[in-house]
Amino acid sequence: MKLEDYELRGTALRSSDIKKGKVLSTSWEPDLKYAWDNGVAIGRYLAELKAGQIIGRACHKCRRIMIPPRMFCELCFRPTDEWIPLEDTGTVNTFSIVHVNWDASRRKKGEPPLIPAVIEIDGASKGMGIMHMLSEVDPKDVKIGMKVKAVWKSEEEREGAITDILYFKPARAKAGKRRKQ
Amino acid sequence: MGYRKVAIVGAGMTKFVRRAQETGKELSWQAAKMALDSCELTLDQVDCVTLGTAPDAFDGVHMKGEYLADGAGAWRKPYMRHYVGGGTGVFSPIHGWFHIASGMADIVLVVAEEKMSSCHPHPQGAFITIFDHTTEQPLKPNLIWIFALEMNRYMQTYGLSKKDIALVSVKNKKNAIDHPAAQVAEEITVDDVLNSETLAWPVNRLDISPASDGAAAIVLVSERVARRLTDKPVWIDGVGFSIDTAYWATRDLSYPNYVETAARMAYDMAGITEPSKQIHVAEPYDPFDYKELHHMEGLMLCPRGKAAQLTADGVTQRDGNMPICPSGGALGVGNPIAATGLMKVIEIFLQLRGDAGKRQVPGNPTCGLAQAWGDLMQMGTVVVMRS
Repeated sequence: MKLEDYELRGTALRSSDIKKGKVLSTSWEPDLKYAWDNGVAIGRYLAELKAGQIIGRACHKCRRIMIPPRMFCELCFRPTDEWIPLEDTGTVNTFSIVHVNWDASRRKKGEPPLIPAVIEIDGASKGMGIMHMLSEVDPKDVKIGMKVKAVWKSEEEREGAITDILYFKPARAKAGKRRKQ
Repeated sequence: MGYRKVAIVGAGMTKFVRRAQETGKELSWQAAKMALDSCELTLDQVDCVTLGTAPDAFDGVHMKGEYLADGAGAWRKPYMRHYVGGGTGVFSPIHGWFHIASGMADIVLVVAEEKMSSCHPHPQGAFITIFDHTTEQPLKPNLIWIFALEMNRYMQTYGLSKKDIALVSVKNKKNAIDHPAAQVAEEITVDDVLNSETLAWPVNRLDISPASDGAAAIVLVSERVARRLTDKPVWIDGVGFSIDTAYWATRDLSYPNYVETAARMAYDMAGITEPSKQIHVAEPYDPFDYKELHHMEGLMLCPRGKAAQLTADGVTQRDGNMPICPSGGALGVGNPIAATGLMKVIEIFLQLRGDAGKRQVPGNPTCGLAQAWGDLMQMGTVVVMRS
């Protein structure tokens, strides 16, 4: 058989076909709400973030110090053993300079690009990173391997969320004015 | 190993388009009917049906497998849906393979469908819920971000430039000109890729496959049935699949270990010991141009970090020594997630039969491979096929 011997089906539509009413479509805007329980490991992780501390969890069998913390080791498949306070500094494993929001809409004119990064947290095992944002840095100056430090919300503003860390900034830069993301 | 042999004997697909007038059910029917017609079978001869389709969130239809069942030909038959994100389309033949290899069925219809256009304003929005809801989602990430993170790490590890990687997009979009289902086939240059909109550096618009609607289907049969139906069966000689940790930020992003694990499983089953010599034509998953290179390395078709050089040297062109994505891939034919993987399987089926028309790679290939990748950048699916 050859694909070329068949009249392939599938009819391409244009948005204008729908706007002009040439083709009818039906739409729905759901308004669902979810409340996620944080669980045991992440519950403690968030409570520590509220206190201004990043915490990991150790498995004594594979000798990994893990972040995000977990109550079981997915490699050894046994309970993890110990809470380990980590530094609020780390190393940029990789980063991107982004102009698209979560829903693929573009950053507005005048809005700076966002800089998400994987940051390997000091005190955790090599390669243990989390996704967070970088700021207080010119996108051109961001480098893989760069040392960074967390910039926290004020104690009163912290609520026990990953966003209690506003972003990470270059570790050796002078303390600048805090900018809102 | 006690498996029964499994052959592909028929194939069908729709055009891949940005937004199809047809519903997912109708697209499924079009592909499934064509696949049955291509090997002169009727639905009543089919023992069971498997269906691959990616997130329900694209469609806003919960239990999408059940919704699509009629279009896939599943009425009053044993029927199962599989879903491993972007890896779904190459899991489709594996899922069908189990039914025949185990001895449970002789004829299986395998359908893969995706209709991404129903999700507004853009199907990318549906991906927000793949991230951890507590530690990642509050940062409002987008899937393109994490591919950009992976691409940057890959470039840094091996000293690659955006130009090196853009060559993949140029090649695949050009290959797709010869594919009758193609959505975004065109002759472009490396500069076109580099000058297209920067979405998430280092990812530009033309580094990415489009969102698409489409369906594909194949017919799998046991050896006994295959001999009766055709003198050109294509055998599924190896299957492999593997998932890595969902803590994606703790992985080595420069190398897809989960693809290597899946490939080793498929190669062991198929007796492949030197993939770069024994695999004559391959369709690795290429939703982003760097992923084709990343996957060639995970599939051990070349040493780590060397896929870009092979591409620059023309080795991966259709007339090169190791043709990669002769169909035009997701970058050129389009990327209706689950259907894309099965389109790749169909391309290898046609290539090994000598039925690929203008896309035919020279040298009468007898062994080929299709691979896909998905979930939270963690799932590898591989099939090895022989004529």
